[in-house]
Amino acid sequence: METPSRFQPQERTILRSLLHSGLPFYLWVAGLGGLFLWGIRAYTVQLQEGLAATGMRDYVSWGLYITNFVFFIGISHVGALMSAILRISGAAWRKPVTRMAEAITFSSLFFGALMPIVDLGRPDRIWHLLVYPRIQSPIVWDFVCIFTYLIGSTIFLYLPMIPDVALLRDDLSQAKGWRYRLYSILALGWRGMPDQHRSLERAMSVMAVLIIPIAVSVHTVVSWIFGMTLRPGWNSTIFGPYFVMGALVSGAASVVVAMAAFRRFYHLEEYITLKHFRNMALLVLALDLIYIYFNIAEYLTVGYKMEEAERGLLYTLLGGEYALAFWLVQIGGLLLPALLFILPEVGAVERIRRVPLLRPWPLAAAASISLAAMVLLVTQGPTQTGVDFGSLGSSLSWAVALLLALLVISTLPALRAHRILAYVLGAGLIVIQAWLKRYLIIVPTLLSPYLPIQDPRIEWTTYIPTWVEWSITLGAMAGFVLLYTLFSKLFPIVSIWETREEEPRPAVTHYSREREAEA
Amino acid sequence: MPERHTVSRRQFLKLSALAAGAAALGRGVLSRFAQTMEGTASQVRALLPAFVADAKTLGRLIGQDGRELQPVPPSPRSAPQRRKWVMVIDLARCDGCGRCTEACTAMHMVPFGQEWIKVYRMKDNAAAGAYWFPRPCMQCDNPPCVAVCPVDATFKREDGIVLIDQDRCIGCRYCMAACPYSARSFNWAEPPHSLAELARSYSMELNIPHRKGVVEKCIFCPGLVREGQLPACAAGCPMGAIYVGDELEDTVTNSWGETTRFSELVHQGGGYRYLEELGTEPRVYYLPHRDHQYPMPETAGQIEQQRG
Repeated sequence: METPSRFQPQERTILRSLLHSGLPFYLWVAGLGGLFLWGIRAYTVQLQEGLAATGMRDYVSWGLYITNFVFFIGISHVGALMSAILRISGAAWRKPVTRMAEAITFSSLFFGALMPIVDLGRPDRIWHLLVYPRIQSPIVWDFVCIFTYLIGSTIFLYLPMIPDVALLRDDLSQAKGWRYRLYSILALGWRGMPDQHRSLERAMSVMAVLIIPIAVSVHTVVSWIFGMTLRPGWNSTIFGPYFVMGALVSGAASVVVAMAAFRRFYHLEEYITLKHFRNMALLVLALDLIYIYFNIAEYLTVGYKMEEAERGLLYTLLGGEYALAFWLVQIGGLLLPALLFILPEVGAVERIRRVPLLRPWPLAAAASISLAAMVLLVTQGPTQTGVDFGSLGSSLSWAVALLLALLVISTLPALRAHRILAYVLGAGLIVIQAWLKRYLIIVPTLLSPYLPIQDPRIEWTTYIPTWVEWSITLGAMAGFVLLYTLFSKLFPIVSIWETREEEPRPAVTHYSREREAEA
Repeated sequence: MPERHTVSRRQFLKLSALAAGAAALGRGVLSRFAQTMEGTASQVRALLPAFVADAKTLGRLIGQDGRELQPVPPSPRSAPQRRKWVMVIDLARCDGCGRCTEACTAMHMVPFGQEWIKVYRMKDNAAAGAYWFPRPCMQCDNPPCVAVCPVDATFKREDGIVLIDQDRCIGCRYCMAACPYSARSFNWAEPPHSLAELARSYSMELNIPHRKGVVEKCIFCPGLVREGQLPACAAGCPMGAIYVGDELEDTVTNSWGETTRFSELVHQGGGYRYLEELGTEPRVYYLPHRDHQYPMPETAGQIEQQRG
């Protein structure tokens, strides 16, 4: 296959997004950079004052940082899912979105790996992990797995980029700027020779097979940090697969959000079509349903028996202090996205328009007022360990639930008209859910130890993250998006040579099989 | 043909690289072995002149160069041999006065806010009476905290004590998450220091001076038990509720000077270990609060009163 030096028309749009940036882009980067620097500023405060600058104390000794850690590592799984699993299963539609997914992996792994270091009481002794490692400790497993995955996924991101980088190098050979030098080095002398293609294909196949067990191991050992302790709520055998599934669903959902953003801002409508959104949505839906199943398995098997040690934690989650967040995750973050993916497909939703009761705006007003009343009641009400199921089952909360359900139903015809909006909405909810869910796995559990907490100091018996923790969290999120944005400005976010292969060409068995799978 | 040629050259290169690697490795092993031999020989030579003793050097070890040989200081991680420290807490005697906590805090200069031995108010079920429950570190024989430590900072000694190397700890707080007894504390900020504390050089057996960003806990006063004394909490208990001793000697002693057989005390007293079902094998035994002679906590308000 020869490498054409000129690009096809739709490829020019990718090139334009690489080389030309408007004012909104610079504002976006400046905003993210500012947030990131603010996070670093907050970390310097923490370095001076110690972890006393955080809201963590002896009972809740892990908080936002470990939440962010598990969240980022979870998001990072999408690279392996998209490029390895879909590659092996021969799903050709993945091609325009694989690089987006792999870049998410790289960026989120980088910030995920930073988070435990931010959480350390003695970051100056981080080298002890290299000098005195104890292989029995799950933290050492994590250290090994995450760095293996970081290196592996960087290679896997880089390999399919070589032909594209070579294309850019050839296109810029007149300009000779720093970009030309960068692409020249990274292209590794790629000329598009048949044996070069063969080596690349072989390398990618090997990496695709290697990366799947590595990715599974990463989130399994992250979950085992919790699963290997005796704590009620963490002492669970399903934590490995439960976390891997949560990681896959959050990562796939984050790709849907990224797809929409790039399509909108880089004008990639020709590459990322409704078909891609539908396929991704199906993938997210399947993963979401499996994750719901895991959630039911996790809480029902514990809740049915109500073992003494687990009982307090379960009450806090289901009807106590963390009930609002818990049900938001379960209903708003897992069930609602599934409905958003499924219901707009149903033809009958058109008829909803004709029902006058289901006008969105009055319903939204009613729902938000009663929701506010509900939140007030929940926060004012007694928050002892004992749960008051009476108040939860009160008519008010049922009314609110009914109103919210009607509200969702009323928006369905509009979402049917704008499917992509429905998918992105659902995916966004799943990403938010992923973060909140990790918080709920970590903090309430630490507040439910075997020995009852008997401490007169209120700040030791609750966990309220401080501005330092929020700033570092925001800074890490901004840094993650910033790294991702800058990547998309350096390298084409859609793989040019792989999408080009989809053009009609003389039938080769390998490719025709992939097109069959696509059809 | 030419392809065959390149393959054989590659093989040759591989082989020679392997050979070079093996040679380097072998040399390293050999030189290390040689060093060990040399070391042993010089030690033998150094020991010999000690037998030629005059009045000045009697009972001392003098090296070949005439200088006195100092005994090698024991590694901070080594423990007195043939000891297994054990604690028995008689809950029927505990009146929740909190003197054990005070004594411990004074002895270890425990940073403000931490309680290495904490007195809980317990009530097992609605029908049973409430009781006081002092909780030191259980010094588990199957310690979850030691298992999860990524850098071997917290470790189990042969005498049963679980210690923390404050020079090693990276402050990840995994041990705190792993401990089912909530027995560990963290120095979230630089702890306030007294001059007396700062005057000491750091000792793992005392955990003094305290540092920022590391984990702390009850350590069974290894320095005191090594000298045959009771730990601070046991010595400070006015009720004689805390017995400490050596399981191998089968003897435990409390602050009243009562010395009994450990096995008899636990066997006849119905001794149990807290959260036995977790399999942590604690070294702290409790005698149930049956027939207690001292006031037990009845209301929540009473804890506030007792603690002041």
